[in-house]
This record gives sequence, structure tokens and C-alpha cells, in this order.
Amino acid sequence: MLYAILCYAHEETVFAWSKEEEAAVMERLHAVQEPLAKAGKLGPVGRLMPTTAATTVRKGKDEPLVLDGPFAETKEVLLGFYTAEFDSLDEAVAFSKELSAVNPGSSSYEIRPFYVFHPNEIKAAEGGSS
Amino acid sequence: MTDLAYIELALTAARPQALGALLRYFRDLDTAEEAFQEACLRAIRTWPDKGPPRDPAAWLIFVGRNSGVDQIRKRARNEPLPEEAAFSDLSDAEEDIADRLDNAHYRDDILRLMFICCHPDLPNTQQIALALRIVSGLTVQQIARAFLVSDSAMEQRITRAKGRVAKAGVAFETPDVHERAERLKTVTAMIYLVFNEGYSAGIANPDSAAFCDEAIRLVRLLLRIFPAEPEIMGLTALMLLQHSRAGARFDKVGQIVLLEDQDRSLWDRRLISEALAMLDKAIRHRKPGPYQVQAAISALHARASHPDETDWGEITLLYELLEKLAPSPVVTLNRAVALSKLKGPDAALDLIAPLAEKLDGYFYFHGVRGALLMQTGRRGEAKIAFDRAITLANSPAECAHIRQQLDKLNMPMAQTV
Repeated sequence: MLYAILCYAHEETVFAWSKEEEAAVMERLHAVQEPLAKAGKLGPVGRLMPTTAATTVRKGKDEPLVLDGPFAETKEVLLGFYTAEFDSLDEAVAFSKELSAVNPGSSSYEIRPFYVFHPNEIKAAEGGSS
Repeated sequence: MTDLAYIELALTAARPQALGALLRYFRDLDTAEEAFQEACLRAIRTWPDKGPPRDPAAWLIFVGRNSGVDQIRKRARNEPLPEEAAFSDLSDAEEDIADRLDNAHYRDDILRLMFICCHPDLPNTQQIALALRIVSGLTVQQIARAFLVSDSAMEQRITRAKGRVAKAGVAFETPDVHERAERLKTVTAMIYLVFNEGYSAGIANPDSAAFCDEAIRLVRLLLRIFPAEPEIMGLTALMLLQHSRAGARFDKVGQIVLLEDQDRSLWDRRLISEALAMLDKAIRHRKPGPYQVQAAISALHARASHPDETDWGEITLLYELLEKLAPSPVVTLNRAVALSKLKGPDAALDLIAPLAEKLDGYFYFHGVRGALLMQTGRRGEAKIAFDRAITLANSPAECAHIRQQLDKLNMPMAQTV
């Protein structure tokens, strides 16, 4: 089964990390992902920019409304995602627990199976260094 | 990261909202700060066992408010009863924690907290110090180190500034649309001051260089609560772009490296891509303002992978727009630099000639003028301009940079062109 692991966190806290703290967390997260990647079971992984960079297109009366910011204002926001193939939910839970253990910033990981997967590659990606 | 370090981070992150709400309840900065401090101490004691609450700010407001009320009651036993007006509706202090967080107020709470640091009587450096102390929660020692003064001198400065703010009185009523727009403008300018304090220090003073990160944190906070303000998006983009070059602006010995000489592979692509996203969002609003235009100029540099690919024509046009939106001799000076790339040094020298009187005390004016004169081969005049620039330099790095230019002047002509 294909799963998306969605990481939710308090944005203010995570973006208050120093560069060193940030690098340390990223390194640990990378170590957790490595076995999956080696087994060819890890799909695209993304760290989302702050919600301030988000735009929402929402159904309006006549035509869709384009709004600044994320859809809902919540205390915890979607901060990043993993896609991977797991044989069972237990595996997905175990992986999420490992992520959680090394990431003090994360509040929760939502495990969401999905149907369709296009492993398309974006060639001219800007930024996305991690 | 230890649990404690993480808790401290969460407390810092929750500070503006929690302290802003406590300030609204108690209507007195000292009482609010004491109450917040007490709440933080309790958080450090209880969170490691019970785990951090889902909404740290709400927790801190609840606990801080109760402890503040206790304090006032204790004091009241020894002193005459406090006036009712000294603090607002405390009758509901035992309400459920969920109702405690007044979402309708929290934007204005944070804005007010930032706004009181921007009192027009306070000089820029005091506004910066006050904002870093009150909003960001930096310690007096941290701020003192950044400003290169003793702890006690900074303590005094902040106490005096707070006294000034208290005397001025703070508007606690919910601001109307116009008042809110004014406050936003003032606060945005203050955040840019904080950034510039760090930016101009560069690597010479890491303590104040950290102000850049702090300013970016503050502007993101402001943008989260006012998500549709294109000028706040513009300032966010501008600061991210300027900050993206932090690793390339100085060489190993701390000398300034000019934009065109910087190693562009050292620019932080993550900050740049966030800035470009912000700028795109801002432009959609079709309400150009000075921060957006400056960010757009900076973005054109960021998009050029080599200095030769810089779109100087577009940059010149943007500076013209900026001159219309926010006329200032410094903007004209910057346009002249862009124009020199497009049409040569003589055109630029003509453009800045009328600025000589207004910008006579400005380091950058004489530095630019010297460089332009050097390009045209007027070495004698260039030397005079550089000499003047050195006397006006704001930092050892600026001074050293002009000395390098003077060294170039003394080389045989062939090597300077």
C-alpha cells in the first residue's frame, strides 16, 4: 500500500530553530529514511515552506477565490510529507514513530494511504536542498 | 535538542501572543511581563512530566493571568485597594482554558505589543532594543553584546525606553481599519530596522548578525496574522533575499565582497525560493509599494546566475518606480549605480551631481562617486571622494573596502580597467 506520512507541527516553534538545530534534526530524519530509500520504497519527500508562502484557491459563488495563506487557521500546520510503500499499517506506524522520535518539532504524523502515484521528476527544481 | 531546549523554543515562539494578551488584561507592561515570566517558570517545571500542551500560548495566557491576579491580590493586602481600572475584567479569571484564548483579539494583541516599541520619541536604536527585549524575549545581555555596550548601560536604556512608553499611554481599544493600517506600517518599518542592525554588522558582530534571523521571524509572525498585506509580503521577500547572501558578503578576513564579486553558489537557495514565492504572491495584489519594489530589484540579482546576466534595464526601471513611490536621494543614488551599468559612468555622475549637498555626510555616496570617477579615469577626483568616504565609514569593513579601492587607484592605469 502507498502511504503519505504528513507531518504536522507548531510552525512558530519550528521556524525558531537555529541553523544548527535545524541541521541536526534534518540529519537524524535523513538517517531514518535511508533504509526505506535503499529498499526503493521511498517516494518524494517534501518540506513545505512556511504557511505565509501559501495560497489557497477556494470555491466561490461564481468563480474560485484566490486567498492568501493556508485553508484553515490552526495551531498545528502541515509542515512536510513523505511518500512511501509499506506492506502494512504497522510498518507505516513504526516509520512515523521513528521520525517522531528524532524530530522534537513534530506534533503529529498523519498516515494517509493514497491511490495514485506518479513518480514524476521535476528537473528544474529551485531551492529544495534538503 | 534536549526537552528543556525545546520547551524554551516553544516559550519564545508563544511569547508575542501570550505577552500581548497579558498586556491587554493587565494594561501594564511590567505586570504583564512578570505574569508571563511566572507562567514560563511553571511551564519549565510541569511540561517535562506532562508533555507540552497542544496550544502553548493559551496555556501561558491562562497560567500567567491567574498568577498576575494573585500578585495583584497579594499586593492589595499590604497596600490600599487597587483601582478597578488598573486591570480589566478579572472577574472571569476562573473560566475554562478553552475560552481563555480570545481569538478575535490576538492579532491586535501582537500588533499592539510590537507597536508600543515604536514610540516616535524613541530613537531607532532604542526601538530596536525594546522590540528585541519585549517581543522577541532576548535577554538584556544578548542585546547589550550586540550593541557593544555594558549590560548595565543596556538595562538602563531599556528601562528608560519602557518608562517613556508607559508614560505615553497605550491605546488598548481595538484599532479601527485606519489605525490598524498605520500601526502595521510603523511596525513593519521597525522590523526592517531590526534587520538592518544585524545586516550592517555582518560577520563582524555575530550577536547582532542574529538580529537578521529575528527580524525574519517577526515579519513571518506579522504576515501570519495579516496574511493579505502585499507590503508585508514585500518586506519578507526583501529580507529573505538580503539574508540569502549572508554567506557571501564577506571574505575570510572579514572584508566586504561586492554583489558583483560574490560567489553566487554561496547564496542560500532556500531563502531565495521562499522570497520569490512571496514576491509572486505580493504582485498578484497589484498594489505596489516600496518594499515590494526593493524586493523585486533584489530578486533580479538573485535570478542572475552570473553578474553579466543581471537585467540592469529592468532594475533601472524599478528604481524609477521606487523614486516615485518613496522619493529619496539614496534611491536616486542607487538608480545611478544601475544606470552606470547600462549607460556608463558619465551618465551616472550626471545623475548624482545634484545630490552632492544632500548626501555629503553619507559614506555610500562618496564611495559610489569615487568608483564612478575611477571608471572614467579621473583619478585625482576619485581619490578625494574615497578619502572623504573613509572619514564617514561606519565600520572597519567599510573602511577596508575603500582602502582597497584607493590601492587600485595607485596601480598603473592598465590594471584598473
